[in-house]
Amino acid sequence: MSQSYNRGLIEDFGRWREFSAGMWAWVFHKFTGWVLVGYLFTHIAVLSTALQSPDAYTTTIQTLEGLLVVRILEVGLLAVAVFHILNGLRLLFVDLGVGLESQDKSFYASLLLTGAIVVASVPTFLAGVFG
Amino acid sequence: MAERYSSFQAGGRRWLWQRITAAFLVVVLAFHFFLLHFVHHADEVTFAMSQGRMQELTYFSLMILFLLTATFHGVNGVYNALINQGLTGTRKTAAKLVLGVASAVVIVQGVRTALAWAGGVPL
Repeated sequence: MSQSYNRGLIEDFGRWREFSAGMWAWVFHKFTGWVLVGYLFTHIAVLSTALQSPDAYTTTIQTLEGLLVVRILEVGLLAVAVFHILNGLRLLFVDLGVGLESQDKSFYASLLLTGAIVVASVPTFLAGVFG
Repeated sequence: MAERYSSFQAGGRRWLWQRITAAFLVVVLAFHFFLLHFVHHADEVTFAMSQGRMQELTYFSLMILFLLTATFHGVNGVYNALINQGLTGTRKTAAKLVLGVASAVVIVQGVRTALAWAGGVPL
């Protein structure tokens, strides 16, 4: 016999103590998605300085890239993007019904791989900013 | 009867497009990061370098497709997150309108910028 139950509001973050690995993956995917879509609008706005003049574009980018805080934010952006990509791949497999029984392990693997890629990328992302 | 967990509208195709764009973006976003941070370095960026890439039709087309898919995927994701928060009725319609206008603005601005770099469509 079929049964139904009230799951409550889906994004009720007040229930965070009850979250399992899959729910945390879902929350992190949402959070990183919000950051990435926010960045998309910011990114296009900054690149739009190319509409003023070639010099305005080059000066804007090089000034921003000369700031340590921007480089650190870029490392954060990398972390967010890499996790969203890896967990996105995981979600595509889950949607196809592949590896469902290991969905929690693949979430932990996404986190670990994100951490490893970000740490390994720090020297490249900070190159030249200290003068 | 099985519970229906999807936050997408029944019978709609936005869920499918969200996944098709996801599969494309997984590859192109990784390529974008790799090219512009590891092959080239962010602090070496000049207008001329961006122009050189954008004057290649393949790269130009890829970046336009990247802009379109990323905007759809991002804005559709935000819309679904808002629906998950319980948005209905007039507020849902308003969110749809605002997100639609925001998408149009970012796409138009992105295409204008790409055209400024390439000096027109690089055919």
